[in-house]
Amino acid sequence: MTPLLLSAFTATSCLGRGLDATRHALRSSRSGLAPCAFETVKLDTWVGEVAGVDDEKLPAALADYDCRNNRLTRMGLETDGFGDRVREAIARHGKTRVGVFLGTSTAGILQTELAYRRRDPATGALPDDFNYRTTHNSFSLTEFTRAYFGLEGMAMTISTACSSSAKVFAAAARQIELGMIDAAIVGGVDTLCLTTLYGFASLQLTSPQPCRPYDAARDGISIGEGAGFALLERVAGAAPGSVLLLGAGESSDAYHMSSPHPQGLGAKLAMEAALKSAGLAPDDIDYINLHGTATPANDAAEGTAVAALFGGRAPCSSTKGATGHTLGAAGAIEAVICALALTDGLLPGSPGTATPDPAIPVQYLLESRSSRVRRVLSNSFGFGGSNCSLVFGVAA
Amino acid sequence: MNASPLNAWIEGIGFLAPGLPDWPAARAVLRGEQAYAAAPSVLPAPALLPPAERRRASRVVKTALAIGLEAVAHAGADAATLATVFAASGADGHNCHALCEQLASDDRQISPTRFHNSVHNAAAGYWGIATGSMAPCQVLCACDASFGAGLLDALAQVALARTPVLLIAYDSEYPEPLHAKRDTPDCGGVALLLSAARSERALAAIRVSPTADVAAQLADPELEVLRTSIPALRVLPLLKRLASGERGRVCLDYLAPMQLVADVEPC
Repeated sequence: MTPLLLSAFTATSCLGRGLDATRHALRSSRSGLAPCAFETVKLDTWVGEVAGVDDEKLPAALADYDCRNNRLTRMGLETDGFGDRVREAIARHGKTRVGVFLGTSTAGILQTELAYRRRDPATGALPDDFNYRTTHNSFSLTEFTRAYFGLEGMAMTISTACSSSAKVFAAAARQIELGMIDAAIVGGVDTLCLTTLYGFASLQLTSPQPCRPYDAARDGISIGEGAGFALLERVAGAAPGSVLLLGAGESSDAYHMSSPHPQGLGAKLAMEAALKSAGLAPDDIDYINLHGTATPANDAAEGTAVAALFGGRAPCSSTKGATGHTLGAAGAIEAVICALALTDGLLPGSPGTATPDPAIPVQYLLESRSSRVRRVLSNSFGFGGSNCSLVFGVAA
Repeated sequence: MNASPLNAWIEGIGFLAPGLPDWPAARAVLRGEQAYAAAPSVLPAPALLPPAERRRASRVVKTALAIGLEAVAHAGADAATLATVFAASGADGHNCHALCEQLASDDRQISPTRFHNSVHNAAAGYWGIATGSMAPCQVLCACDASFGAGLLDALAQVALARTPVLLIAYDSEYPEPLHAKRDTPDCGGVALLLSAARSERALAAIRVSPTADVAAQLADPELEVLRTSIPALRVLPLLKRLASGERGRVCLDYLAPMQLVADVEPC
């Protein structure tokens, strides 16, 4: 593909609001996970909750969109000056020429879960203040973002579970490459809700302690929430050192709804496609941000695929021990972590992981360290066997 | 024809709507050869799935698989090799209702199967398992604009990868009490097999570009209700043009003020 510039990017997660909080936590291998105290949830698990989400106020004209997921969307958009970079891009390109491509797995379904506790005792009806389209629907965060910036062009939500906000980079890049748009807001937002907390618990995929990606004793995920955004534009005139999207690869497992292909065949196809799209070989990659959810099956399958393609040569880690698994936001948040790896020369470690699984022959990073980082690969895989790998680099 | 890069050959069509069980039935009504007769959507059992999954398949999965397979068969294509774009305004409404009801009760121990079937990409996941296709699979939502979003990404993939892409746009209904908040009446959808290269099976060439024009409506009031009440059926003016076999231009509803104009040239 033709490389694209990330002219702005930002991430908000349990590590904190914005790039500085994120980079300081990553550099010191700090985790943002804490025992679950979300809402009325009673589960023996740890979560990555973002502080202050429910204090966020939406503009009065967009009050219909008010729900935890859109509060976090607005919070993320107005962090690190990202919203101002978007407004400048709209001034440059026009309001029909900036697209919106956001990923989510559950959008504002928490709003529906809460509304079901307030049904009319006689009729069973949901309360009058519940608005399906602007909160529950998977498009709600994207429609909110489009309206928030007064945009009038292309917009779509991608919802492929945990690969959602990696795939937005690929979809937006296609439309820019074809000249349909000149820039795109890409990203992902997912917030804690009962469906995912009790759902992953029902699959016995949540850990009773902070998750330990790639650890020999790993026993499940820690669910997180977060918002990650990037502004994609053409590269022309980019300053040396600017972060670029170099390639994207997508594939399907065609294997099982909630288990990865045991040999990671789909994962390998996605990584190969991303490298091909970037015109790079495995040895060109300086760091891999793994999907690394910390379930026994995911890490074994992904590790098998990474080892088959990269041997033990590329340093790699999952940052989900720091952020938790932010599901539909994970692709975007980890893309921003990759951007920080490139701008800061930082190889992030893996908080929570003590003993890397000896059965997975990859070069797994326990501690963060400084290094020259020129090209990185980020993996995101989801339920239903949906895989996406992205390659990022820096402008010469 | 306009100069948009979003163009393809339509190689196969699948269709399902209330009173219109497949593309030949819809084509006859859209050509005016048959009168439209309202009836609940008829959802075929997904022959592609193993017996256990076939029995448990939800209405939204049955809809997506039925129209996808019809388009593949119409085109004489091999589903195992096809990239796919799924576009839906929502996921499985009945499953969503059951989960929300249980999570509002004293017993929150939801079923793991209900949980993995709750993802927006559940139909896409079952399609992958059933067909064995490891090609890229997209799953989009743009609420009422989902068909247009799917068309944009499917055509972009055709233009850049130069390989066929199967677009499957579909919707299902919610039961009460959600139905009062989102009144999609029944299941319905359309599948288009889009190809960069013309084969002997090609039905028409289409070229799509953005416009600020007003979306076309259907003269038949019952068909117009289908177009507006089931988001995937925003495709109907395009299908009417394809059914008529006449070249021309049609404006499809996407995301106001941005609509999509399609230039259609039958083969």
